[in-house]
Amino acid sequence: MVRAVYVKRGQVMNKKLQEQLLKRSKAAKMERFGKTISFLALMLITVTVFAIIIFVASKGLSTFVTNHVNIVDFLTGKNWNPNVTDSKGQPEVGALPMISGSFVVTILSALLATPFAIGTAIFMNEISPHRGAKLLQPVIELLVGIPSVVYGFIGLTVIVPAVRSVFGGSGFGILAGTFVLFVMILPTVTSMSVDALRSVPRYYREAALALGATQWQTIYKVVLRSATPGILTAIVFGMARAFGEALAVQMVIGNAALLPTNLVSPASTLTSVLTTGIGNTVMGSLQNNALWSLALVLLIMSLIFNLVVRMIGRKGAMSK
Amino acid sequence: MRKKWWIQGLLLVGLIVLGGWAYQTRQINKANMTITAVGSTALQPLVEAAGEDYATHHLGTFINVQGGGSGTGLSQVQEGAVDIGNSDVFAEEQRGIKADRLQDHRVAVVGITPIVNHSTGIDHLTTAQLINVFTGKIRNWSQVGGKNQKVVILNRAQGSGTRTTFERFGLQNHRSIAAQEQDSSGMVRQIVATTPGAISYVGFSYVNKSVQAVSLNGVQPTNQNVEHNRWLIWSYEHMYTSNQPQPLAQKFIKYIQSKKIQNSLVRRLGYISMSDMQVVRDGQGSVRQAGAGHE
Repeated sequence: MVRAVYVKRGQVMNKKLQEQLLKRSKAAKMERFGKTISFLALMLITVTVFAIIIFVASKGLSTFVTNHVNIVDFLTGKNWNPNVTDSKGQPEVGALPMISGSFVVTILSALLATPFAIGTAIFMNEISPHRGAKLLQPVIELLVGIPSVVYGFIGLTVIVPAVRSVFGGSGFGILAGTFVLFVMILPTVTSMSVDALRSVPRYYREAALALGATQWQTIYKVVLRSATPGILTAIVFGMARAFGEALAVQMVIGNAALLPTNLVSPASTLTSVLTTGIGNTVMGSLQNNALWSLALVLLIMSLIFNLVVRMIGRKGAMSK
Repeated sequence: MRKKWWIQGLLLVGLIVLGGWAYQTRQINKANMTITAVGSTALQPLVEAAGEDYATHHLGTFINVQGGGSGTGLSQVQEGAVDIGNSDVFAEEQRGIKADRLQDHRVAVVGITPIVNHSTGIDHLTTAQLINVFTGKIRNWSQVGGKNQKVVILNRAQGSGTRTTFERFGLQNHRSIAAQEQDSSGMVRQIVATTPGAISYVGFSYVNKSVQAVSLNGVQPTNQNVEHNRWLIWSYEHMYTSNQPQPLAQKFIKYIQSKKIQNSLVRRLGYISMSDMQVVRDGQGSVRQAGAGHE
């Protein structure tokens, strides 16, 4: 009797086990589900990115294909008056003032921000890590969180009058734009430089100190040298952000489509002309297409910035 | 674990029911109760206020008003994406718009005046002087009887309705030299108020004590002078619809053009009422006296 029950029980168990082993387990189902979800998310983002690129490119290229504007004239022309045609019957769509304006503010603000960012990063990571983490980290995070319109408004009410009274001119111009962008990209460059310094192995510093180097010598000759690729990446990221910033710059740069002759005369950037102009043009007209071409230039530039970051990363990895 | 699935299932069913219900009601709304008006930011306050007013008197209707600029308004209504396109300029004046496909409804008039910073010491100019200032021939205010202060020109963005009107009637079709551009009237006033030597132009309703309005050829920028066309720089505010307008859009525009709105809201918001205008101007800029029963 008792034996029979055990046997029966054993058979039932076997069957159950068999079923369990043959059926797909819950964990496997969940795994497949998770994989599908994440793959779909990836697909969605990829499709979106490509759709945006194709859309901007088709719109931006129609200036040259449909409206027959010479691409060299577009990139080197100095007059931006899409409503007006010049003596040769070509519309005045010279984007050089905007392109140069964008590059000048970007490079100047990066030049200004880099020393401050590296200095802050060194202090936070090498000189006083404890106080750095307690005091500076929250400050930098706060700076990142401020919306750009606030920066622009401060720029308009504080920086522009200050530039006007110190350097002359109307105050609107590349210098004011540089100052605003400097504050905006500083936290980005700083926090990425901190990461770069942090990733320098501890035994580099220990070895340098063991050889009798002072702290400054260690920082200057060892830590900074081996963190160079990371710091360069940080600077390029900051430049990419500065290049794409629209609102804050638009409020202080003056938006005059003129080649910048000095730092206090009004100038314009690709983004500022785009935001001021897009509402006043009609889809499909030359004026609208010309603005899309500016957007295409912006897009290509941000792709180039990304490529540069990748190249720096690869080079840094090889030299190690 | 089992309980959780149960809750999730219930949530899903709830969502589907809610979504279905929302979809149903959306259909009803879209069919006859909602219209969208997009375009000119100069006209936006009036359309918004009138839309709210209209909706409170006609339950179940909703007037959706958005900015975006005159060009956006005209192109969107031409494409049929919206019911009403608000514009500061005649459709004929905007490139890329086929005006014969659109119906023009004029709902108000806006006067535009040059404004200067107080430091210029200027309160009157002649048209010739104004043109010389904006074409870069006069670079210091002392040349036109003001203080020794450099001229700083401030423009609205290219294609803006205010700029188009100002260059056409204020500068007599002369084009301003390339200078600073701003994309809103509020910003222009703020910058003119704080920048020494600045000159620009805004609608009458934007003028306040922080800036100095400039009289031209001895004519003050007032509503009365616009009504008799003594002050030349003014424009109609248009609400364009397609040739077969949506019934509600038609009713709403009639409502804005009605005496009640024209005499209350239009005046209160700083526009000039259509019924006060003694003259009529067409898209080519020619002006005639208004007859007894103008449109």
